[in-house]
Amino acid sequence: MTSDVVIVGAGIVGAACARLLARSGLRVLVLDQGAGAGGTSSHGEGNILVSDKGPGAELALAQHASSLWPGTADELSNELGANFPSIEFDRKGGLVVATTDTGAAPLIAFAETQREVGVDARMLDIAEARELEPSISDTITAAIFYPEDAQVQPVIATEALLASARLAGADVRTGIRVTGAVRNGAGDIVGVRTDAGDISAAAVLVAAGPWSGEVSRSLGAAVPILPRRGMVLVTTRMTHRIFHKVYDGDYVGAVSSSDADLQTSSVVESTASGTVLIGSSRQQVGFDDRLQVRVLQELAAKALRLFPFLAEASLMRSYGGFRPYMPDHLPVIGRDHRVEGLWHASGHEGAGIGLSLATAEIIAAQMTGTKPALDAAPFRLDRPTLARYLAEDVPA
Amino acid sequence: MSPGLFPRSEDGIRPAASDALSISVDGKTVDGLAGQTIAGVLLGSGRLAWRKTSSDGSPRGVFCGIGVCFDCIVEVNGIRDVRACQRRARDGDQVISQHDPLPEVTE
Amino acid sequence: MTSVVIIGAGPAGLAAARAARARQAAVTLLDSSDEVGGQYWRHLPAERPAERESLLHHGWSTFLELREALEADPGCDIVTSAQVWAIERDANDSPVVHVLVGEPDGTDRSQLILTPDALVLATGAHDRTLPFPGWQLPGVFSAGAAQALAKGERVAVGRRVVVAGAGPFLLPVAAALAQTGARVVGVFEASRVRGLMAGWLPQPHKLMGVAGKTGELAGYLLSHLHHRIPYRTGHAVVAAHGTDRVESVTVARVNADWSPIPGTERRIRADAVCVSHGFTPRLELAIAAGCNISADRFVTVDAAQRSTVPTVFAAGEITGIGGVDAALAEGTLAGHCAAGGSPTDPTVARHEKKRAVYVDFAARLERAHGIRRGWTAWLKNDTTICRCEDVSYETIRTTTEATCAVGLRSVKLTTRAGLGICQGRMCGRTLEDLAGRSAPGGLIDRVSTDRRPIAAPVRLGDLARAHDATAAIPTDSL
Repeated sequence: MTSDVVIVGAGIVGAACARLLARSGLRVLVLDQGAGAGGTSSHGEGNILVSDKGPGAELALAQHASSLWPGTADELSNELGANFPSIEFDRKGGLVVATTDTGAAPLIAFAETQREVGVDARMLDIAEARELEPSISDTITAAIFYPEDAQVQPVIATEALLASARLAGADVRTGIRVTGAVRNGAGDIVGVRTDAGDISAAAVLVAAGPWSGEVSRSLGAAVPILPRRGMVLVTTRMTHRIFHKVYDGDYVGAVSSSDADLQTSSVVESTASGTVLIGSSRQQVGFDDRLQVRVLQELAAKALRLFPFLAEASLMRSYGGFRPYMPDHLPVIGRDHRVEGLWHASGHEGAGIGLSLATAEIIAAQMTGTKPALDAAPFRLDRPTLARYLAEDVPA
Repeated sequence: MSPGLFPRSEDGIRPAASDALSISVDGKTVDGLAGQTIAGVLLGSGRLAWRKTSSDGSPRGVFCGIGVCFDCIVEVNGIRDVRACQRRARDGDQVISQHDPLPEVTE
Repeated sequence: MTSVVIIGAGPAGLAAARAARARQAAVTLLDSSDEVGGQYWRHLPAERPAERESLLHHGWSTFLELREALEADPGCDIVTSAQVWAIERDANDSPVVHVLVGEPDGTDRSQLILTPDALVLATGAHDRTLPFPGWQLPGVFSAGAAQALAKGERVAVGRRVVVAGAGPFLLPVAAALAQTGARVVGVFEASRVRGLMAGWLPQPHKLMGVAGKTGELAGYLLSHLHHRIPYRTGHAVVAAHGTDRVESVTVARVNADWSPIPGTERRIRADAVCVSHGFTPRLELAIAAGCNISADRFVTVDAAQRSTVPTVFAAGEITGIGGVDAALAEGTLAGHCAAGGSPTDPTVARHEKKRAVYVDFAARLERAHGIRRGWTAWLKNDTTICRCEDVSYETIRTTTEATCAVGLRSVKLTTRAGLGICQGRMCGRTLEDLAGRSAPGGLIDRVSTDRRPIAAPVRLGDLARAHDATAAIPTDSL
């Protein structure tokens, strides 16, 4: 049997693409080397943020994605019924604070640039910030409130999108590893080789998150995506005292940094189960998932700068995941200009949960020949900022 | 029909007399012996449950008794999540039973 | 001089410490409790001496002798109230042991970072209790709890007590309860006599060769006769009843696969029920240290008790459920070899031989008492599976059906089972079992509920303080 599209990766990006493509009437097959929602999608906080992005293509994508989530959350809930757990979409808002005198001015200036492109970024005085977050440190020096920031429970959201895709006719096969491309005489990709046999498809979409580098290389058309490790700490359940997503202003710097060394900035929030999540670090260490105590210590120290009361809270679990890192900090969304039949939806770094819906919209529009809701040109693989990374990879 | 300390007079292992201590549990004084854990004091005084679960407030006490299940956690002198079965009681300890309701979901 | 760190001061750890000291290693023996002895030799604290405490124990003189020798030995540093909360691996894959020392679950505990030449893991096991309706009620205990409270507190968990589950461990639990003034109204062993015979009888010489074990079991049987405790095989507690506490239990006869036989249920009034269906080895530190875990979920070791990580050794229940004599032999070999000795050295020949006797004890235990697949028949929709997060059997079933989940990570994160403060120690293996059954073809993500990089809760303030301390030191001096 031939599929119209084979999607490599059953994480949230693959799931969102599968859902929209299947709904547009295409025969979709999703493959994953492991289980669905087993990689990056199950190792992050489930952020749907606009606050951490400066003006530019990614922010535009994030703003569009942010507008899609409430409707999609409702659709999924109606479609999947009461037995399916809620994806816990919660537009709780983000509060970004500076904790130093020198940090205040850049944060305020950054928010100003965001406001110019339509982000709801409200400057608060310290008293207002403390009204939103009564337990926040009294040493904060500036605060910006972003009412649009939201979150979902990322694993449930991924499973829900996959379930919805299945209802629309998509097939999801797990435990199957893609090992190479099937090509026709012209060199076009017309399917994938897997450890469970060859599968033919009119198009192959790589949505394998941090493994996309590996997968695209095996398909003969490498994309320069690297794993970047991120750690999140989880406390035991406690009395509800943190009501928004609360960030230390230097989060913005860590996200857009290319530095391979450990970087942390504090992101603290409560979950629906009463635990508190503390993120997040970024570190380029390949696929090394060994625990590093110094990372935990640094995350803890920074979290206490925001919420001193957390000193007595207990850390009970940490999880380290790999984010798909792009050297120019933009995802790759669309067709591969080098090989006919190959598509990409990857490289979202730590923002894939939020951006997944908008990414899927672009892919579905391009594959079905309609016009995407927003300009997708900045996400093309043949953009100038990627040229030097692609130079060595000559398609077979 | 409750748990309890085996009376010293009946105990075949012939325990020596021990020092007494008392702790406060949710404001009530509970007597115990030096060297007992907080769970030992509570069970020894006939209490079977003290924590309330987050989901529906149902009662919990000791389950595993060896520090693995965390069912018996209490607040001791202001510090939460202390396993009562692991922490020795000290005279004057202020113990508060724990109940952490789930946050209300804002939607 | 070789430095050896030993985690766990139960029989295996104590024996390891003595053997490592016999080879002049510098030994640090860590235990999370403020007393050594582990669960097996759980005893009254110094504040509560008893003249004839030995009556509660087997091999008590062995314990006293080990403890005295080690306490008197300046080359053995015994650190109690020492909670190992993480093991990192350095660039050479050698373990870096992070320890908090102080009151259990306290704040401002002092922190040790140990980088020994060799590490011996002797972390033991805890009861595995299968869920049943009402098992979350106060008054339902793990069998180990009843024993620990009896031996360590002289507290009886109830007046009329039912002991149930599977395995020879139920006998000492019943005996300990009886010795603490409780009336044990019955011991209900799920395995049937035929199963016990299949497990124990094919090689009776092996069991008979284990003198200590036979003596120990005989002692319990005598104790049962003395206290007139009824012992029934092929029976299980299938429900506990009560509103805020246990008032009674339902006991039923079970088939060979442990599914209850309808019509055989009877209610027994009880104010406590103590249940254990076997043991779960405490593997998180071994996993953190990078040790290979076998298909039957024990640390893989060679003749030297060496794990697949060259500087890490393991002994006792984490290498196979073998009981105290096996733990002593394995501990001795592990300590000896961790300190540079060879398992073929004549000084340890006796222990080598003894270990061989027990080598398939775990397998026989599994054959005789291992959990059988039919147990899930006693679950009801509203039976709690995950005690921490109050996740019901129905939630797990309907969610896994709805998501078609084939990965344990997804099952946990979509149901919250196993995500609570015990970190899946209570429900983890049950969850793997249930989710594996509902996934067509089983679970494929190879996620193990034994993996817990944070091995014990740690206060954020303690972490932050360590960070500030490190940050204060110029990096080139680190």
